[in-house]
Amino acid sequence: MVKLIAKSPCMGLLPKTIGAVDLTEVEPALITLIAPFAGQTKAVSAALKDALGVSFPAPNRAVGTGARAVWVGMGQALLMGANCPDLKGAACIDQSDAWAIVRIDGVDTSAVLARLTPLDVRDSQFKRGHTARTLVGHMTASITRLGVHSFEVMVMRSMAGTLVHELEQAAENMAARATA
Amino acid sequence: MRLPCPLCGDRDRREFFYQGAAVTLDRPARDAGDAAWNDYLHNRDNPAGETRDLWHHEAGCGAWIVVHRNTVTHEVYGAELAQKAKA
Ligand SMILES: [Zn+2]
Repeated sequence: MVKLIAKSPCMGLLPKTIGAVDLTEVEPALITLIAPFAGQTKAVSAALKDALGVSFPAPNRAVGTGARAVWVGMGQALLMGANCPDLKGAACIDQSDAWAIVRIDGVDTSAVLARLTPLDVRDSQFKRGHTARTLVGHMTASITRLGVHSFEVMVMRSMAGTLVHELEQAAENMAARATA
Repeated sequence: MRLPCPLCGDRDRREFFYQGAAVTLDRPARDAGDAAWNDYLHNRDNPAGETRDLWHHEAGCGAWIVVHRNTVTHEVYGAELAQKAKA
């Protein structure tokens, strides 16, 4: 029998510290895409709230701490860190292995991201609990603010290497400017 | 140029794919006849001034939106979700 080895998307690439920026991989055991059917968003949200204590997030918002729900597009959210309850009014798709997720911490984080995305990530515009679908370099990505100096960036798993490379490069450039 | 996505807010133009005039929302009936279908498929105005175009927020929320803008002044008046728009 072939012995298969489970590999995380960023295995061998992270963690890394560059200047004042820490890059770490986030591995929620389970990721489920939830897409409520037409007219079912309220009912689905109530069912989620009952089962896990998180509601279906409004556009551009991420909710919850243990079980988290992150808005990822029109009529779609990702449930992370919990088993998806039986939801009658929604399509629920297991995407646990589909995403590469990198957490960025440190005082320079918004400056690093500003080099890579057209999104305005300044504190005044993009607060904790805010999330957005946007670009990181040429990749479509999901960016969520976790705290004052913390962000989470998600891309499709096949782009894990590129995401780490882009973040590294931007962080190195920031660090070089700091010491110049 | 920044486009006002009804879901995401003001976003950079590079997040959007341009499809063309929003006349495609006004699909003729099956039996509308050759002239109507020919017009729908092939004939487009090329206005200098106000236009209503379909854009896809492909690097964003994934919504199709109708953007009302001016090709002469570059002013963007607003946008609405295509699923709610009247042709
Ligand atoms: Zn959008």
